[in-house]
Amino acid sequence: MSATAAVSATTPLASRLLAELTAIVGAGNVLHQRDELLVYECDGYVVNKKVPDVVVFPTCTEHVVELVKLCNRHDVPYVPRGAGTSLSGGTLAVGGGVMICLTRMKRILEINTRDRYAIVEPGVVNVWLTRALAGTGFHYAPDPSSQTACTIGGNTATNSGGPHTLKYGVTVNHVKGVELVLPDASVVTIGGITDDPPGYDLTGLVVGSEGTFGVVTKVIVDLTRDPEAGRTLLAVFDTVEAATETVSGIIAAGIVPAALEMLDNLMIQAVEQAFGFGFPTAAGAILIIEVDGIDAGLDREAQLISEIVQSRGGRVQKSITWRTRKEPEYVAIWKSRKSAFGAVGRLSPTFCTQDGVVPRTLLPHIMRFIEGVARRYDIRIANVFHAGDGNIHPILLFDERDGEQVQRVLHASREILEECIRVGGSVTGEHGIGVEKMALMPRLFAPEDLAAMIAIRNALNPEGRCSPSKLLPSGGHCIERKSPGRRASA
Amino acid sequence: MVTATAMDGQQVQDAGIDLDWLTRKIEYRNFQECIHCGLCTASCPTYVETGNENDSPRGRIYLMRAVTDGRLGMGPHVRRHLELCLDCRACESACPSGVRYGTLIEPFKIALQKDAPAGAKASLLQRMILHHLFPYAGRVKTALAPARLFQKLGLLDLAEKSGMTRLLPPTLRRMMAMLPRLSGARPRLPEVLPPIGPKRARVALFLGCVADAMYPETNAATARVLQQNGCEVMVPRSQVCCGAIHYHSGVEQPAIALARRNMTAFDPDRLDAIIVNAAGCGAMLKEYPHMLPAAEHDQAARFVAKVKDISEFLVALGPVAPEHPVPLKVAYHDACHLCHAQQIRSQPRQLLAMIPGLELVPLEESELCCGAAGTYNLTQPEMSERLGRRKMDHIEATGASVVAAGNVGCILQIARKIKERRSTIEVVHPVDLLDRAYQGKQA
Ligand SMILES: Cc1cc2nc3c(=O)[nH]c(=O)nc-3n(C[C@H](O)[C@H](O)[C@H](O)COP(=O)(O)OP(=O)(O)OC[C@H]3O[C@@H](n4cnc5c(N)ncnc54)[C@H](O)[C@@H]3O)c2cc1C
Ligand code: SF4
Ligand code: SF4
Repeated sequence: MSATAAVSATTPLASRLLAELTAIVGAGNVLHQRDELLVYECDGYVVNKKVPDVVVFPTCTEHVVELVKLCNRHDVPYVPRGAGTSLSGGTLAVGGGVMICLTRMKRILEINTRDRYAIVEPGVVNVWLTRALAGTGFHYAPDPSSQTACTIGGNTATNSGGPHTLKYGVTVNHVKGVELVLPDASVVTIGGITDDPPGYDLTGLVVGSEGTFGVVTKVIVDLTRDPEAGRTLLAVFDTVEAATETVSGIIAAGIVPAALEMLDNLMIQAVEQAFGFGFPTAAGAILIIEVDGIDAGLDREAQLISEIVQSRGGRVQKSITWRTRKEPEYVAIWKSRKSAFGAVGRLSPTFCTQDGVVPRTLLPHIMRFIEGVARRYDIRIANVFHAGDGNIHPILLFDERDGEQVQRVLHASREILEECIRVGGSVTGEHGIGVEKMALMPRLFAPEDLAAMIAIRNALNPEGRCSPSKLLPSGGHCIERKSPGRRASA
Repeated sequence: MVTATAMDGQQVQDAGIDLDWLTRKIEYRNFQECIHCGLCTASCPTYVETGNENDSPRGRIYLMRAVTDGRLGMGPHVRRHLELCLDCRACESACPSGVRYGTLIEPFKIALQKDAPAGAKASLLQRMILHHLFPYAGRVKTALAPARLFQKLGLLDLAEKSGMTRLLPPTLRRMMAMLPRLSGARPRLPEVLPPIGPKRARVALFLGCVADAMYPETNAATARVLQQNGCEVMVPRSQVCCGAIHYHSGVEQPAIALARRNMTAFDPDRLDAIIVNAAGCGAMLKEYPHMLPAAEHDQAARFVAKVKDISEFLVALGPVAPEHPVPLKVAYHDACHLCHAQQIRSQPRQLLAMIPGLELVPLEESELCCGAAGTYNLTQPEMSERLGRRKMDHIEATGASVVAAGNVGCILQIARKIKERRSTIEVVHPVDLLDRAYQGKQA
């Protein structure tokens, strides 16, 4: 037998399950040869890898039910996967087993603009829904930077946010209900098309559960009316400090921008190299400030913002007036912002992104802290973040071939995250815990708090077969992190 | 934990492909540019259809890297996923990290073709077409002559209706189905065409072989539109096929030879622009520096600096406003080789928007490949068919009576779908519409 054939052979587990899996979803919806499974060994987080034994593509809820029953019968772990853009290893098949890939459940089942909801299958890509809604006067509000690729199922599981989260809220604020296949293989519908059904708010529980409460097979989302118009301002500052103080100033003035994003000098340089939007490369920092709503009030709001910017020593370099989010200049500025992280590759061959949250008023403090860390460890750190909700993304640039530098980056990351915790923040704004940050959970929560969470998980997922070793530390497969990977971010 | 070492910690013994050659052709850094974010996935036509990561750009890069690293051998599965790639470059448009996907897949496609198992090698017919037919526009025309006669006599329809075409080998059958209504053979364009009005530029027209054989009217229209815009138009006789079909089918040597001949046929120093109206050819001509050995880079760069798509050129020149109305509802399809390979999106729309009475309507997924992709419709008929269907559904949903596309491959593919569905929609090149608006004649 040639070596090639050996690699493409099926694992013992896969061959044991193959006939039954095929009977459920059909041969065309099963991958079991090793050379086709390899690409499923990781998602957007590439530090840890594990090849699943088999990947299946259900095309309906009944398939999922039968697959879960099968896994239960054979005592095999399974993990749901959407587009695999998770930045925390949420889809890692920690113990091997079955990966349930929802990319073939991708129908938009209903759009109802009168009652303002849509029902979609979990594999629908976020932006497909937005496109399908074009011209209706409505949109789906959560807009993670990965929206052109990530699925609404994945968004639901990770409670995704995005630049417009500041005004419009995160995914949980826009999911009215879900259909869920529980780990015991029963199908439940939680929530519904009406607002605020009686009983426990279980939708809130499922959204953000990172696949540990079962497989989401339908999502009912609410639709948000398009704003009549908007203004998107580009404000330029000499220092990061002036920019972050402006953020506090704007919020203090009672203005709720639709989005409020900051890029520091390194980030501006990278983005400019990549997209050439016209950001000032000498600036210490820029803010992208967006207000939207009824046209009549917007100029006054923009004027107010402009005054705050000036009072902190900055200036408004550009003001885009728009009626729809499709106008070319609007699209260009947001494309630059949303693709910012990828542009970092142009500054450094390897980088590692952190995701932390601090109370908004402490942004100037954490930025000073990060500057200090960069100096002390002698590494370059680029910053791009959702300033409005205090969600920071320091990106540490390094050379992976230099082992000593890699160690410095790890220490520096830890210091930054610990400072976030110390000042009352958190270690994940939007990338989730996954496998990446599980070890930090005990630092974030008191033992009693963690115990409460574990009790809930044990009630819903008692055997722990559904997404094992994710989100909550529970002994067993412990993943030790030896090197920061080169990876993406919001 | 399995880490980034070989699968099961083992290196494969038999790579199943010429790795020595590949590692010389591909800079390993190009793999590392991929940060595995996955932002490209949903822009990829094959992934959108199959939902299988192996059919996504990120997945394909992962597979190619795994083969290069010795983690995987080039078995039939990996081969299939790579061959299914349309080379449409939608992934390059989507990738924020600037991954040059083409620099990875193209060498792999060449290596795959070289090492193809007997049955999977380019068929005799394909090879004949690639080596003997496409270099010479004249030969394509001659080869089509019997088909033209068939059509004239109505025999093709008869053959189709009677099911006779089913007796032909499948590849030939698909080629037959692709044939547009052929007009009678036209006289060749003269070598020099004068500008109308004051002379604004001196340009040369690249004719393309398939385009010139199948849609000679479009070349004539392009020349007229250029003349209307004050251009003196040269039509060098010694030009040959751009080499795209060869290159993208992994047949490298003839492509290089063709490139050299074209670089001699067009003298960039004596021209303001070399005008191309087929996006596939334009993209290929612009790629010459990457294809040729380093010693020829300077010459190729001077040539490429002058290569312009017709829409790109006209918008930069400042187009003369057409006066005759063309009252049609038109949808515009973005040919991959225009929007992804050349980043040309707004110019064709700008030209169409200039035409009085013409209503340009948005087309859903206009940037998703229609499935034509060079010889893809011959080599991957099933996927080509699925993408063609998807495209046609979107076109029909616009309610437009005309669909415009800036590439002959797309036009052929869409025309075939239109014919299959017995639809009344007309497919044209944007210049055809512009020509009508200048000339004031209806279709
Ligand atoms: C470039 C980039 C930018 C990003 N920007 C943002 C951002 O701005 N905001 C943000 O919040 N996130 C962001 N992310 C992270 C990521 O895109 C989101 O977490 C997204 O919601 C994941 O969706 P997915 O379809 O890729 O899910 P996957 O990565 O496939 O899965 C994510 C998690 O959800 C679970 N899951 C997936 N589908 C289901 C299902 N149907 N039922 C149950 N569980 C399921 C998986 O098990 C896993 O735990 C970004 C990622 C990248 C690469
Ligand atoms: S090719 Fe680009 S977009 Fe795709 S995964 Fe790699 S870095 Fe991300
Ligand atoms: S070239 Fe086209 S088909 Fe190939 S991976 Fe890129 S997007 Fe997909």
